[in-house]
Amino acid sequence: MTVKEICARLNLRSLTGECGMDKEVKGVYICDLLSWVMAHAHAGDVWVTIQTHTNIIAVATLLELSSIIISEDAEVEEDTIKKAIEEGIPLLVSEKSSFMVAKDLIDIGIGS
Amino acid sequence: MGNISYEFPVAKDDFERAGEASSKIKKILRQLGMDSGIIRRVAIGAYEAEMNLVIHSLGGVISITIDPESIIITAEDNGPGIEDIELAMKEGYSTAPDRIREMGFGAGMGLPNMKKCSDDFIIESVVGKGTKIVMKMMLKDGD
Ligand SMILES: Nc1ncnc2c1ncn2[C@@H]1O[C@H](COP(=O)(O)OP(=O)(O)OP(=O)(O)O)[C@@H](O)[C@H]1O
Ligand SMILES: [Mg+2]
Repeated sequence: MTVKEICARLNLRSLTGECGMDKEVKGVYICDLLSWVMAHAHAGDVWVTIQTHTNIIAVATLLELSSIIISEDAEVEEDTIKKAIEEGIPLLVSEKSSFMVAKDLIDIGIGS
Repeated sequence: MGNISYEFPVAKDDFERAGEASSKIKKILRQLGMDSGIIRRVAIGAYEAEMNLVIHSLGGVISITIDPESIIITAEDNGPGIEDIELAMKEGYSTAPDRIREMGFGAGMGLPNMKKCSDDFIIESVVGKGTKIVMKMMLKDGD
């Protein structure tokens, strides 16, 4: 499934417009500790987190993650959005908790 | 192919640019057409070393050397050094303050991650002088 489809089906708000929306999502990783993400997330994963500072884009780029979902409507810094667009990483926002986002992702068949 | 070497200075507390050195290192390996598995290991090692320079050190330099057999990442800083290296290497050990933890750092997994993704890992530190980390990743056929 593409990032664009997930964005539409989960009713997420894209902060990065159409940037990177045709990327294929291969799995999901949920964690707010960056070193855990570095060690365990896989290329193509969508990463669900409440972290919003610019370094999340460095992590996503280095690991070639497909996209980032910011849960709990956490406010994202302007610099993070700018960097996400530069690196082609879609930044999507949900008002739901990481758990509810995970549930929605499972419901639409991601990760199964 | 001869040896290729690059150096990237990393400034203390520069969260704005943190991750740039690792990103540049990754791009170099991609341009050389290296395999995605070795690129991932180098990217993880370089990133963790770079973030430790930003968060815990007074600043330093990350360098990469590529020779026909291996990729070597070196991180060298100007202090303050690590008192108990064995403790610092423990999974979960971190001295990161709260403001750093709020950003998602400080899981105490950086040094263990570096060791895990290296074939050869050396850490040396002198309190008052600085810390030097050398990670060697061996290239295999196909990398
Ligand atoms: N370059 C350094 N200079 C001084 N102290 C360091 C340096 N690198 C690591 N340390 C010390 O070793 C501890 C463990 O480092 P490690 O990278 O494993 O975890 P962390 O940086 O605290 O958290 P994480 O990497 O998971 O975000 C640090 O908290 C710090 O006390
Ligand atoms: Mg660290």
